[in-house]
Amino acid sequence: MALSRDEIMEKTREALVDALGVDEDEVTPEARIGSDLGAESIDYLDIVFRLEKAFNIKIPRGDLFPDSVLQSEEYVQDGKLTEKGLEELRSQLPHADLSAFEKNPNVDDIADLFTVDMIVRYIESKLAEQAD
Amino acid sequence: MRWIWIDRFTVFERGRRATAVKCVTLAEEHLHDHVPGYPVHPPTLMIEGMAQTAGVLVGDAFDFAEKVILAKVTRATFHERVRPGDRIQFDAEIQGEVRAEGAAVSGRISRNGDLVGEIELMFAHLDASRAPVEPGKGNFVFNDDFVRLLRMRTLRTLGADVPSRDPAGLPGQEGTSPNA
Repeated sequence: MALSRDEIMEKTREALVDALGVDEDEVTPEARIGSDLGAESIDYLDIVFRLEKAFNIKIPRGDLFPDSVLQSEEYVQDGKLTEKGLEELRSQLPHADLSAFEKNPNVDDIADLFTVDMIVRYIESKLAEQAD
Repeated sequence: MRWIWIDRFTVFERGRRATAVKCVTLAEEHLHDHVPGYPVHPPTLMIEGMAQTAGVLVGDAFDFAEKVILAKVTRATFHERVRPGDRIQFDAEIQGEVRAEGAAVSGRISRNGDLVGEIELMFAHLDASRAPVEPGKGNFVFNDDFVRLLRMRTLRTLGADVPSRDPAGLPGQEGTSPNA
């Protein structure tokens, strides 16, 4: 039976609490994984491992937390994403809300797009794919 | 000197799990200095022992070609003190599989079957693109000396395929007793 969004949120919360040592009530849908929950680089890999286990899914490298857009001069100029870069990011992060970021696409702010809600939406789509 | 906090592997299943043991002895200097007058084996060194058990397990999965770095001690809980004369056992198990980026490991430390500690660790493969290694420096984690030590410590006889990197060979090493 398909998991409800609440059930996905609960399991995601559990994974984040275990990976980051945060309190359950800190893991709100809008919480940013880095800025609010304190994740550092290796924590993102830890989160991926835990989500794979919790939901029995495979998360390819760079699929949930993509960073490849930062490695191309075509996509980044003067510390900001170019129009092409933004387009690429949109396609890589279909589950993130980019509306505020697009106004000032500073590369340093990309990590702030990784929110709890984004993870939940991503998992939802992965589980739907699997069910097909 | 090499910073080694396990004595011997007793179980090794490539890519899955490994067990190593350590015998704690009053001859070790740190037991006198850690808590003077009350010799106990420090939990920090048990974390290191688990990291070594698990680190070799993770390194072996990719033939020791990756630079395996302990990236995070996710959790470490200790229930018992370990004293001179104790023989502790480190059981490390890969969570899922070893991936291109690294691996998560859960570990259990015990003494005669009694739980001493529980540890979760994360290992990362140091990406050459992020931290370039000078050409010719090779793998500074699993260097020739370390691989030689692994061969001495019976890893090979337990199923792991420890590569021979020493072109000069190691006289007297082949056929070394598992108890070497």
